[in-house]
Amino acid sequence: MFVCHCGSNIAGYLDVAALGEYAQTLPHVTFVQRNLYSCSESGINEIKKGIQEHGLNRVVVASCTPRTHEPLFRTSCAEAGLNPYLFEMVNIRDQCSWVHMGEQEDATTKAKDLIRMGVAKAALLEPQEPIISQVETRALVMGGGITGITSALALAHRGYEVVLVEKEESLGGMLNRLYRLGPTMTDASAFIHEKIRAVTEHPRITTFTRAKVKHAEGFIGKYKVDLETESGLKKIDIGVILVATGGRNYTPEGLFGYDGVRVITQLDMERLLKEGLDPSIRSVVIIQCVGSRNEERPYCSRVCCQTAVKNAILVKDQTPDANVFVLFRDMQMYGVENEEMFRASKAKGIRYVHYDPARPPEVEADRVKVYHDLLGHHMDLPADLVVLSTPLIAHEDAQVTAQLMKIPIDESGFFLEGHVKLKPLDFATNGVFLCGSARFPANIREAVAQGLGAASRASIPLSKGSVVVEPIISVLTNEDACRGCGLCVALCPYGALEVRETEKGRKVHVIDVACKGCGVCASTCYQHALSINSFTDQQIEAQIEAFLE
Amino acid sequence: MLDVGRHPNIELMTYSQIEELNGQVGDFKVKVRSKARYVNEDLCTACGTCSNYCPVPIEDAYDEGLRTTKAMHIYYQQAIPATYYVDEKACLFLTRRECKQCERVCQAKAIDFNQKDRIVELDVGAIILAVGYDVFDPAQITEYRYQEIPNVVTAMEFERLLSASGPTGGKLYRPSDLAAQAKTKAREEETQGFTVAKRLAFVQCVGSRDFRFYPFCSGYCCMHSIKEAIVAHEHEPETTSTIFGMDIRAVGKGFEEYKIRGGNRSNITYVRGRIAEITEGPNNNPVVTYEDTKERMIKKEDFDLVILASACVPTKGIVELAEILGIQLDPYNFVKTDPLSPVDTTRPGVFVCGCAESPMDIPESVVQASSAAERAAEITLQPLLEKGKAVA
Repeated sequence: MFVCHCGSNIAGYLDVAALGEYAQTLPHVTFVQRNLYSCSESGINEIKKGIQEHGLNRVVVASCTPRTHEPLFRTSCAEAGLNPYLFEMVNIRDQCSWVHMGEQEDATTKAKDLIRMGVAKAALLEPQEPIISQVETRALVMGGGITGITSALALAHRGYEVVLVEKEESLGGMLNRLYRLGPTMTDASAFIHEKIRAVTEHPRITTFTRAKVKHAEGFIGKYKVDLETESGLKKIDIGVILVATGGRNYTPEGLFGYDGVRVITQLDMERLLKEGLDPSIRSVVIIQCVGSRNEERPYCSRVCCQTAVKNAILVKDQTPDANVFVLFRDMQMYGVENEEMFRASKAKGIRYVHYDPARPPEVEADRVKVYHDLLGHHMDLPADLVVLSTPLIAHEDAQVTAQLMKIPIDESGFFLEGHVKLKPLDFATNGVFLCGSARFPANIREAVAQGLGAASRASIPLSKGSVVVEPIISVLTNEDACRGCGLCVALCPYGALEVRETEKGRKVHVIDVACKGCGVCASTCYQHALSINSFTDQQIEAQIEAFLE
Repeated sequence: MLDVGRHPNIELMTYSQIEELNGQVGDFKVKVRSKARYVNEDLCTACGTCSNYCPVPIEDAYDEGLRTTKAMHIYYQQAIPATYYVDEKACLFLTRRECKQCERVCQAKAIDFNQKDRIVELDVGAIILAVGYDVFDPAQITEYRYQEIPNVVTAMEFERLLSASGPTGGKLYRPSDLAAQAKTKAREEETQGFTVAKRLAFVQCVGSRDFRFYPFCSGYCCMHSIKEAIVAHEHEPETTSTIFGMDIRAVGKGFEEYKIRGGNRSNITYVRGRIAEITEGPNNNPVVTYEDTKERMIKKEDFDLVILASACVPTKGIVELAEILGIQLDPYNFVKTDPLSPVDTTRPGVFVCGCAESPMDIPESVVQASSAAERAAEITLQPLLEKGKAVA
């Protein structure tokens, strides 16, 4: 038992000497020492010396917080020959001395409680060994658009085998249908063709078009994937999976007189611009937020404003004296490049009209009527062509992919990443990664960045060749008790449980590499068949009993 | 951060800067100056005793100068590495050869006034720039009277006022009250007569989308203001917020929904219009003059506190750094890239991510960080790959 002063951080507020004396009186405790800093080099040496000289078989440190220091103390135990999972940490700084600074007596009593509980648990700790599993160094990239292609090329450059699966007949995705890419006005076809050529020529990339994933099972490092291809069913061993399945353009059936001829979408417009705009078109009206930011589809699709501005500029480039109006709610020209393009478009004479969604524009035979929300009057805009900016939406088969890969999707139908801020390219499930418009609408810069980023994330297990998992995971400790009800399987957020047929009937099986030890399964199992290493019922009960002593 | 601090493959050099770069992609030689902290990193346990005894108060940069720290300090409690350091310009010993109080009280014997700057030569294959950005100083916009009117604060100052670890423990006390307290030298805990700010105005595009300063859009500020308004409302349910903006750019995943929820549940009103002027009215209340562009009217309204959403601007020293690294910058001094290779600078082997490239929010920054790591790995791990091939 080591009690840390943490300089004055603990000793300044708790009676540390009393804590040391108290620990001495607890059952199982044979050795107590106080350190000025248990984490300092001398403190660590004291712990190691204690283990070796006194033959300690459990170590408890009462100090700062496991958040920062548990790994250090565990490693130190291991270096002294003690299994690192026979270590227990008691938090008497962050959760005691720091929160009860003016109450030395009560705080010291609380610290005694915490120490007693820690010791009670430590006595029941079992040694654990880390779990190591080999990783197949082959990646599956689902989706052959610019995002998937970028990921595939990056991984192949790094030396890994890549299987690229595209459901359409050719690679390229959305870029096949675009004319120019903003804000640099790069030729989309030339760009994507160059990329497709690189993929096709790369010896480490195997491409399947008109193919889809039929079945997938396994876990990080060891997936068995069945591909349905033109040349029949292919069974492939895969280490990691990248979901780059993209999105699709919403078709505004029944909105603003959409007919695909005079009232078209931005995607139709890309085609017209590619073919060269009919010079008789003298006036173009573009309407933003068609089918988005409404009750049915509340999200802003991010890329439509920049697409509208880009295409408005291209109209002006092809027909300089055309009148181009953009009817908008908020111009989402975020960042440096977009705002620059927005400014440039105004300089070219493109006009922006603010409308209120409560008073939407009306599309008539040769004109669009709109209430200019800022000028406060109606406008009658001649319109040879009306272009509707519709959102990118999730693919119809996203749900199927979600079920196959055991990954979640959000309210809008896009895949839901591990953490919206900190893990944008990971899923909660290890070994599966996300990028591009399958996650959320992305422009070319963002799609390429995410493709590279997801490749980087996926390359971590590939480059290590194996995954090492902390053994604090769920274990089926009482197989006879398990009835194979599957409640835990349904609740597991990481896809780490499955029910298998065994000689004894249906039993749950823990995929140890996938388990993160959250404890949801063990705490919901009616039969107490599952248990979490280092957090067993007995250990927790011992802590509670010690507290109530 | 913690993970970075203890990762076996990461050698962390804080308080350091690049002075020279030679060589080429795959084989760079970098000269780095590691500045003297006057505290031994291996011995310091970050207990803070030295700082308690240090007699020299300085402005606390982490708390946006809203309170003081000491010349011997750490940027903030959870900083990595957990090592204190000395502000050379303020320290009595370094300026006047007096004091050394810290050295006497440090039980870990970590204080070392003999420490000198170290020059370190590194051999690296690739370089990633993640030098971040600065926040625009709104004092340049004279009509907003920042620093003249105490209850006009920046978004970052407001962030500290809202924070439980901040100078007010998360209570939204107004700077006018805090200043009065400081003047009477009242004890820090004495908060009698303080008013809690409940009517908040957020001013968007401060320094950005403004031809006098920076024409670009600073990207994240709309969402930041919405978040701050929602958090303030969580602190004090009577809080009302008005966000003044031209376009409310809620373009990320779930952002538009968040914006609407802020309006419905957190008393946020979005007004389309740009603030013309901020003056001071009775009770130290800032008075905001603006055009409500939807109602086409000039209006005046007073608030308890006005928060300026200052723009994300290129970081100080980026021009010199770009020169050392031999990379190009864009006309505003963000690092120049191409949309089709979003993290490649103009020099092969040098990559960029985050707001050094252009303003962006957290998920975008995290994505770019991974992208830059990928590009760097393609170079630095290439020799290993070649070797593997030769053997095979």
